[in-house]
Amino acid sequence: MDTPLFVNMEETVSIILFGIGFTMLMLHRNLIKKILGMNIMDTAVYLFLAVKGYINGRMVPIVTNQIQDASAYINPVPSGLVLTGIVVSVSTTALMLALTIRLYERYGSLDLDEILMRAKEEERT
Amino acid sequence: MSRQRDDYEKSWWYRFRKWVDGEMDLLDEGMEIRVPDEMLAAMDGEGQDAARHPAENKEHTFSYDGRGIRYFRRFYQVMSVLLCLSIIFVLLWTVAYLPAFGNAGNPDNNEVSARYIERGLQETGAVNIVTGMILDYRAFDTFGESCVLFIASCCVLVLLRIDAADGNEQARKRLEEANDRLFEPKNDVILQKCACVLVPLILVFGIYIVLNGHLSPGGGFSGGAVLGSGLILYLNAFGFGKTERFFTEKVYRRLTLSALTFYCLAKSYSFFTGANHMESGIPLGMPGRILSSGLILPLNICVGLVVACTMYAFYALFRKGGM
Amino acid sequence: MSMVQNFPFFSIILAMFSGIASSVLDGKRAKHLSLCVIAVTTGMSAAVLRFCMKTGESYTYMMGHFPAPWGNEIRAGALEGLTATLFGLVMFFSVVGGMEHTAADVEGSKQNLFYIMIDLMLSSLLALIYTNDLFTAYVFVEINTIAGCGLIMIRQKGRSLSAAIRYMIMSQLGSGLFLIGLSLLYDVTGHLLMTPAKEAVAVIEAAGLYAVPMLVIMAVVSVGLAIKSGLYPFHYWIPDTYGYATPTASAILSGLVSKGYIFLLIKIFYRVLGRENVIASEIVNVLFVFGLAGMLMGSVHAILEKDTRRMIAYSSVAQIGYIYTGIGLGTQAGMVAAVFHMFTHSATKALLFISAVGLYEVSGDRKDFRSLRGAGYRNPLAGIGFTVGSLSMVGFPMLSGFISKLLFATSALQSPHKMLPTVIALAISTILNAVYFLRLVITLYSIPETSRGQAASPGKSNWKLQLSVVCFILLNLTLGLYSQPIVEWIGSGLAMFD
Repeated sequence: MDTPLFVNMEETVSIILFGIGFTMLMLHRNLIKKILGMNIMDTAVYLFLAVKGYINGRMVPIVTNQIQDASAYINPVPSGLVLTGIVVSVSTTALMLALTIRLYERYGSLDLDEILMRAKEEERT
Repeated sequence: MSRQRDDYEKSWWYRFRKWVDGEMDLLDEGMEIRVPDEMLAAMDGEGQDAARHPAENKEHTFSYDGRGIRYFRRFYQVMSVLLCLSIIFVLLWTVAYLPAFGNAGNPDNNEVSARYIERGLQETGAVNIVTGMILDYRAFDTFGESCVLFIASCCVLVLLRIDAADGNEQARKRLEEANDRLFEPKNDVILQKCACVLVPLILVFGIYIVLNGHLSPGGGFSGGAVLGSGLILYLNAFGFGKTERFFTEKVYRRLTLSALTFYCLAKSYSFFTGANHMESGIPLGMPGRILSSGLILPLNICVGLVVACTMYAFYALFRKGGM
Repeated sequence: MSMVQNFPFFSIILAMFSGIASSVLDGKRAKHLSLCVIAVTTGMSAAVLRFCMKTGESYTYMMGHFPAPWGNEIRAGALEGLTATLFGLVMFFSVVGGMEHTAADVEGSKQNLFYIMIDLMLSSLLALIYTNDLFTAYVFVEINTIAGCGLIMIRQKGRSLSAAIRYMIMSQLGSGLFLIGLSLLYDVTGHLLMTPAKEAVAVIEAAGLYAVPMLVIMAVVSVGLAIKSGLYPFHYWIPDTYGYATPTASAILSGLVSKGYIFLLIKIFYRVLGRENVIASEIVNVLFVFGLAGMLMGSVHAILEKDTRRMIAYSSVAQIGYIYTGIGLGTQAGMVAAVFHMFTHSATKALLFISAVGLYEVSGDRKDFRSLRGAGYRNPLAGIGFTVGSLSMVGFPMLSGFISKLLFATSALQSPHKMLPTVIALAISTILNAVYFLRLVITLYSIPETSRGQAASPGKSNWKLQLSVVCFILLNLTLGLYSQPIVEWIGSGLAMFD
């Protein structure tokens, strides 16, 4: 064990949230809870990415007072990745919510098992 | 001519032929008896259908009560918790071997971030190093991200836009149900007075964030979200009638098309000149002023417009099925 | 730098721009624009292939004014050019073949949105093929997923919507795993571009640091991309998705989308993780076992299916199992076999779906076996197309499926441990493939009994469907008869791939 878990506390928390979100997305029957799980999972990954850039005792990466020394600022790369990721997450959430609305209008239920069963029966007739 | 056997229907060849013809299901027990033609003609239409396709009429009834279901549910809950714990355990075991948090000697604090910090201002002209990175060094990712937003809004349009122009009865009925203008507060004084004060402030703040993306924290995405929320507040306070005076579907389409086209052309020019080792020819200006950093300011404005329109469009589509 | 070297970039940007422009065009113009763009990008990819075979090496193209590892870049070689050409051809024929059905199935005002999805799907496939950066790959994987979802649900029938949400859920699971694998890789190496990341990984493996994270990264990235491409235990979304979409969408989804993710996985194995590390970590063995299971179980499920479209979809599961078995063999020959089977399956599965639609048209739109009896006589060209596709899947000589099975068998003989299971599974799955495909072919050509009184209307499908069936048959025969140069191109492409 190189680093004890409480030193990498932020990563630990983000992994726990990732696991919870992943299981919610996979195993819950309610569609809204699945979408919530997906959001929790994505946000946990962005937390994991965002803490990767932090360096103790340094400033945010906006050039202030003309200081351009690499040892004065934190790593700017993960912040950019998180920006992109947040937009992707919003887009997929909007799409899945629109699908949920249409399925609810059609089948009257938010339970995925019930929707699949009704779709199958409807097709048989 | 063929062999006459009494138990022909039980023979293997007959069963194989019936399976090839699709009349016998491998999982069902027994075989179907074909109803003779005279009896078929004597039945009515429904009976004929049922007699012709007996395998398809089996109803699989499934009840949600019963002990089996309850035990299965308990088992499912236990297994889900176990699965969740095992995923967390595997990844936490990995985290235990990762570099420490906040350490300056981590592998990801390497020459890549060093160059972004040391030469970012000279090479991109942006004071905000992160904006310089996403709109200049790694601009292709940001272009892809704008396209993700665009295609997601197209998909939501497919699902939720109700086009009465198509003319069928179902669409018109859905349109009427979705039109909840009856429930809009007509001239709710508190909301309108607050909106009169807040909406201009929000819009100005959003424009400030968009324009200052390269000088301070901000940029197209966050500024666009603020602008979109200002529009939504205006819509909620004053209703669709007043909002449609300046923001209709045509405006939405033209704004997004022009913004994305400008983004595409500007970035293609930048990529093409870069890859062919030609000079870009766009002046970087003096760092610290608003009109600086080459293409970054126009791109931020485009992205801000696209995000604001998309946020408003999502709201309007979810609420009313159109703009 | 010659003009041809700009072509990968031009093809990606052209496809994206046509998607953006189609948002204000009406359905017909969007359709024509889409077809033009697919044709032009296919031509450009063929030019890139010729250029790379002439120079004998792959080249990188800076996206911007800064070289790697500071700026983004794409990389083009023989394998990328060949894959892009083939995918472009399959997409073109699929769009042409399903055009009439698209016009009928999709609402009039939303036709242009369908063609926007097609354009952006093309651009994301090209970007996945050419990219040299991991985060760009993630963004385009998301575009691919959303475009695929759009293609499925454009029909807006109940079953299509439930298939679409199931597809999105499984895809998001895969994307989440892929993204966390990417973040772990960035944490450990500090690079997002593939070439510098590989050097960093080599340094780490040589020093023996970060052994556990590297293993978990390999596992998580492989599982994430395997979920998205439909490997055996994660295949539950495939039958619904391929079975209930419009013909063009079924052909494109089954032929191209999974292959894009498999191509990305092969690229990550070669260009980031390093083949020796992947083989040493036994991840390939896990993929091999799942591939074998997929080969067998996919065929078993297909035999038990009564709906012919779901049956064809289950056979996709089996064929993707073949591809993963080839990757799992771990040898160069196995990888060549896997890539050739990717091409074969794209061309053949699209042919099967398009000709099946032609057969359903003349059987009163019913998809079960009884209604399809004698459909081969009612619609001769679609019947021939379906027969050619089935024979290719089974492995009839002269068609492309035979060559890929031959390549699998020869590559299996070269790895001593995995030889026996591979050869046995290959034999059993060929027999199973024959069972369900030939069952349908026999049904197509058996004389229908007129006493049944079915509304069987003989007729021809529209000329676009017929044209695309003919083109697919020619593509299949080309892959089968001219396989030798293609296999050489794949081999040299893989040699310049890392």
